[in-house]
Amino acid sequence: MVTETHTKEEILALLQEIKDPEIPVLSIQDIGMLRDVHITNNGYEVILTPTYTGCPAMGIIEADIKALLETKGISPVKVSLIYSPAWTTDWMTEEAKLKMQRYGIAPPEHSSCGNIAIAEMHVPCPYCGSKHTELISRFGATACKSLYKCEDCKEPFEYFKCH
Amino acid sequence: MTQQEALFKYILRLGDNALIHSHRLSEWCSNAPFLEEDLALTNLALDMIGRAQALLQYAGSVEGKGRTEDTLAYRRSERQYYNNLLVELPNTDFAYTIARLLFVSAFEKEYYAALQNSADSTLAAIAAKTLKEIKYHFAHAHDWVVRLGMGTEESKQRVQNAVNDWWMYTSELFEMDETDEQLVKDGIVPDLKALYPAWLQAVTDTLKAASLDVPVSGYMQTGSRKGIHTEHLGHLLSEMQYLQRAYPDAEW
Repeated sequence: MVTETHTKEEILALLQEIKDPEIPVLSIQDIGMLRDVHITNNGYEVILTPTYTGCPAMGIIEADIKALLETKGISPVKVSLIYSPAWTTDWMTEEAKLKMQRYGIAPPEHSSCGNIAIAEMHVPCPYCGSKHTELISRFGATACKSLYKCEDCKEPFEYFKCH
Repeated sequence: MTQQEALFKYILRLGDNALIHSHRLSEWCSNAPFLEEDLALTNLALDMIGRAQALLQYAGSVEGKGRTEDTLAYRRSERQYYNNLLVELPNTDFAYTIARLLFVSAFEKEYYAALQNSADSTLAAIAAKTLKEIKYHFAHAHDWVVRLGMGTEESKQRVQNAVNDWWMYTSELFEMDETDEQLVKDGIVPDLKALYPAWLQAVTDTLKAASLDVPVSGYMQTGSRKGIHTEHLGHLLSEMQYLQRAYPDAEW
């Protein structure tokens, strides 16, 4: 039973605190995973969509959300996953892409809708900006990233795949 | 068979295919030819385990007996599993693993594209999500088959052997039983037979690009729709389920 009322806007503002554990400069809003907050007589429901179906960060994010909201006296909290509409990198804000680049990950280059570009060519290096880069592997340390290397500054870097 | 029973059985089949293939791929962790490939194969395994989780969770809710994705994964024996025989076969060598990935991802690319139009909104949503990932799986398999086929005599022979040896497991991907017929009628699942020409075309295109021969179909293996498996599934499950069998309900 909800005893104290919190508005949806208030909860959304609080949830800015929740970061993607793999890319701690981005919040779950920046990345487009947070879809909605429902307030009912039985409590609060936070609606998330996974980036990739097997994303292991989901469990951590769910625990972080519950812990944060409970310290603010917001309970009970239920976190629900939805699969439709499927997450896309198009939901990522321009600001989020900039933060990602500063963090050292090349942000997604194009719109992902329709055909997925399986291997982007000439992804700009997040360190020196050169477009003289080469794909090493479509799969990186997490499901959402590929591995590239820069032919100019010679740094290897990660690229957040269009999805 | 009620609609609910048919749907439960069908979703189990989808979930089992993802789970068992994922397990086989995860066996490459720390054993792949080089580091980037190690990451790639385990990334694929991760996509599949995520898909298995979503599907088995849905199967449990359709069944309505309180079984979760974990109960379904860890508390069934091999005769209660419905994955295709192809995905349970031991990895053998890298060429076999890649040949299997080509056969399965070429099938799943067509299959999940069709399932997006399911009258069941949960299946349609999972299909749309999963299709994006499968495109990467297929591209990875295609590139490797071409690389092995166009590589050395040794790599070409090995990938050709793999394609030839496991070809007999491919027709099972398209097998339909009374469960399928019931659900196809209601627009919940695709007609698998209709997917075969596109699958054959995709696989043929890749094999040709790799200068490999397309096998001629002869005797084809079957059994999984009835829960009849190769001897390998029991061994796989004994490893996968060990912890939950020894310490029921153990949690991290």
